[in-house]
Amino acid sequence: MVIFEESKRGRRGVQLPESGVPESELDVEDHLIRPEEEPGLPEVTEPQVVRHFIRLSRLNYSVDTGFYPLGSCTMKYNPKVHEFIVAAPHFTHLHPYQRQEDVQGALRLMYELQEVLCEITGMDAFTLQPAAGAHGELTGMLMVRKFFEVRGENNRRKVLIPDSAHGTNPASAVMAGFEVVEIKSGEDGLVDLNELRKNVGGDTAALMLTNPNTLGLFEKEILEISEMIHDAGALLYYDGANLNAIMGYARPGDMGFDIVHLNLHKTFSTPHGMGGPGSGPVGVKAFLKEFLPVPVIVKDGERYRMDYDLKHSIGKVRSFYANFTVLLKAYAYILSMGGEGLKRVSQLAVLNANYLKTLLSRRYKLKYDHPCMHEFVLDNEWLTKNLGVKTLDIAKRLLDKGFHAPTIYFPLIVHEAMMVEPTETETKDTLDAFARAMFEILDEAERAPEHLKEAPLTTPVSRFDEVAASRHPEVAYRRKEVAGS
Amino acid sequence: MLRYLPHTEEEIKEMLETIGVDSIDELFQMIPERLRISSLDLGKPMDEYNLVNYFRNIGESNVSMDKLRVFRGAGIYNHFIPYVVYNLASRTEFLTAYTPYQPEVSQGTLTFMFEFQTMICELTGMEVANSSMYDGASAMAEAILMAARLKNRFKAYVAESVHPEYIQVAKTYCMGPGIELELMPFDETTGRVDLKDVDFTDGEKPAALVVGYPNFFGVIEDLRAIRTALPDDVLLIVVANPLALALYRAPGDLGADIVVGDGQPLGIPPQFGGPSFGFFATRMKYVRQMPGRIVGKARDLKGREGYVMILQTREQHIRRHRATSNICTNHAHSALMATVYMSLMGRKGLKEVAKRCHDGAHYLARELISSLGGKLVFNAPFFHEFLIRLEMDTKYMDEKLREKGFLGPLPIVDFYPRFGDDVALFCVTELNTIDEMNELVNILEAIKNGDI
Repeated sequence: MVIFEESKRGRRGVQLPESGVPESELDVEDHLIRPEEEPGLPEVTEPQVVRHFIRLSRLNYSVDTGFYPLGSCTMKYNPKVHEFIVAAPHFTHLHPYQRQEDVQGALRLMYELQEVLCEITGMDAFTLQPAAGAHGELTGMLMVRKFFEVRGENNRRKVLIPDSAHGTNPASAVMAGFEVVEIKSGEDGLVDLNELRKNVGGDTAALMLTNPNTLGLFEKEILEISEMIHDAGALLYYDGANLNAIMGYARPGDMGFDIVHLNLHKTFSTPHGMGGPGSGPVGVKAFLKEFLPVPVIVKDGERYRMDYDLKHSIGKVRSFYANFTVLLKAYAYILSMGGEGLKRVSQLAVLNANYLKTLLSRRYKLKYDHPCMHEFVLDNEWLTKNLGVKTLDIAKRLLDKGFHAPTIYFPLIVHEAMMVEPTETETKDTLDAFARAMFEILDEAERAPEHLKEAPLTTPVSRFDEVAASRHPEVAYRRKEVAGS
Repeated sequence: MLRYLPHTEEEIKEMLETIGVDSIDELFQMIPERLRISSLDLGKPMDEYNLVNYFRNIGESNVSMDKLRVFRGAGIYNHFIPYVVYNLASRTEFLTAYTPYQPEVSQGTLTFMFEFQTMICELTGMEVANSSMYDGASAMAEAILMAARLKNRFKAYVAESVHPEYIQVAKTYCMGPGIELELMPFDETTGRVDLKDVDFTDGEKPAALVVGYPNFFGVIEDLRAIRTALPDDVLLIVVANPLALALYRAPGDLGADIVVGDGQPLGIPPQFGGPSFGFFATRMKYVRQMPGRIVGKARDLKGREGYVMILQTREQHIRRHRATSNICTNHAHSALMATVYMSLMGRKGLKEVAKRCHDGAHYLARELISSLGGKLVFNAPFFHEFLIRLEMDTKYMDEKLREKGFLGPLPIVDFYPRFGDDVALFCVTELNTIDEMNELVNILEAIKNGDI
């Protein structure tokens, strides 16, 4: 049931404060005046609104209700105190066009976050502006473009991207005006240096790389890769989606990456909010500092200020400055953890992944059977072949067992992929229970594979016909009904 | 730090044994020795008590809008937000869920998104809305990219009166595909976009024209007249303040092809400019070129109605380098806040908020004219912001007002130097009382007379 169905003419859910201001006629041309019966928003009272949205909330699976092993998404616990910290008016009620003296606290926290992100990644400067990982990628790739434009190397039109990469990488590169060259992964799931050598050249602008990659494997030849890319005069871009695996062990800046984006909503525990808002800060080496979007936050003596004076800045990538309250939550997390805590995070994230991988490998097949980092990929093709059971069926059955499904059908190079990232905040008991559930599903698959096709059976709704939904899109509650409410 | 990390030493030992390694460090052996660092220099872990104090102490050095009387807008507005918005948004089943990839356990998310899309369609008068973008500026930039794809043209016109930061963002986004942006002037007397000297038959045609509704100066553009002046095959992109749409005719009814904007006025606190969310709506015939997530109605195996993400083949995780946009993470949770806000307000409430804003702004403008001899820069209908010439140095005025506890109107000179340093952009919302407006006028009079 949608909220519109509860609407009755004349109900309302808000009383506005008295302002004492006299009414004025709308001074606009008649044809620009909105008819009285529009817009067709629901007319309901506060208790109706509360019941409706509480009911909706209970239909959702979330990190706070259970294990959410989505590969490449880092669904770790989101500390509650961060919500409390950022709810204060001295953070929520700042106007972006206040004078800088009045927002010194905000600027200081942003500046400090820039500094700690430099330390964590080994980069020299950061912009906090991008609103999400993909937005960071676009920002980074536009800097690559501008960098070569300034150097007069406009022939560098190609961006190399491994076939195991996140879909956002090629999409971002194209948005920045590049042509994408896909690099086939080697048998071991890592970048194939020979493939890379064949494709890198004077027309290469950059290589976009995730390390550890989406298979959960560390690109151990990263220094050779870096040398090859830089020898060709190109830049190396780091997709930070998987940074949770290596904090305190290695830094992208030391690996030779020139540009890095982070996902604060993954590694640094800000809540995913059903898809956002997140935050995707971008770090660069010193030689690219002048290309960052404006403004960056700088410190002059004891004073913090916004610096708009960057010689080669790509401009602005969003309005105002950043997803400010998201930044604060990430910074609070970093302070809570400290250096040793972040290292512990990576240790336990990797321990959890390897432990669960070991358990599952007793009866499931791994795509690559070597030590993984924070995530690993199962290949269920044998199940499809032998029993007709697909990864999708297992995923849906997991919902019945009280777990969220892992990421499925990604990375694309594994056909029946199931990508599992447990994160560090899950207990051993949870991992054991998840493995048991996975084995039960396997038993069911062997016993009655057709049964799995009906899963899930215990959720509020069962599988949808998504093809039909896309073929005949119904994307809004019918207007006629709204108006007649 | 340990409060979030559950492993006991004993469990770690057991797990290592199961894996078959002697230490955790062994699991990191893929990382080349020469890359290894021993630690990060970030100081000691902070306990919760000190963490809260740390942020409070620094935060308290900010002077927030709740301590000031606010007459500044320019893209971020000071509106009343019912407590229920915060309360419902803090439900962690919303806050800690991911993108609804598994619809069977995400009907809460998907249902609200369907409601959100409906509300945006209702406000804008369009047929399909996505379930959010990052902000108004990036939504506008994506609208230009979409228009360029639809028309296969690499040029777009943008009214100079659109928010200057939005124009800057559009320029950045247009670098990639190489779309040329041409700024359209505004009429010096009305502040409305001026197309009379534009010859659309001369040279390369633009894919679209972008106008504000209201524009940055608060002026309500005559969308019908603009549509009439535009050739049929040039798309009209409208950047709207969603709150204004409660009072002014839906852009969809006046010939707009894409309507975008920033959702901050719909129940999102200012937050130093973010996060808010962008909305993006268009006509059904263009849906396959839209960026972002779209939710649609579906039926499950048992014939029950529900909601799923649809038309995902437009998106980056399927289409990769051929996707309509790279957007993945969006601003869903902010869109939830707006959905709760709009539900509480309803048709009447939203109209009332908008009308109060309008009435307050018009009252203040009249007072500034009659008491201070202020001259409106434009003779045109305006919503809740207006540009006025006050014959005083606006930077000085700003300083003096701040001393008196006001976040006064925005000196426009930094954004449009041509207006000079005695023009300011005032904004009034439903939170400004008549008393504080009268006091503002009194202070301005004193400044003008040299008493302050």
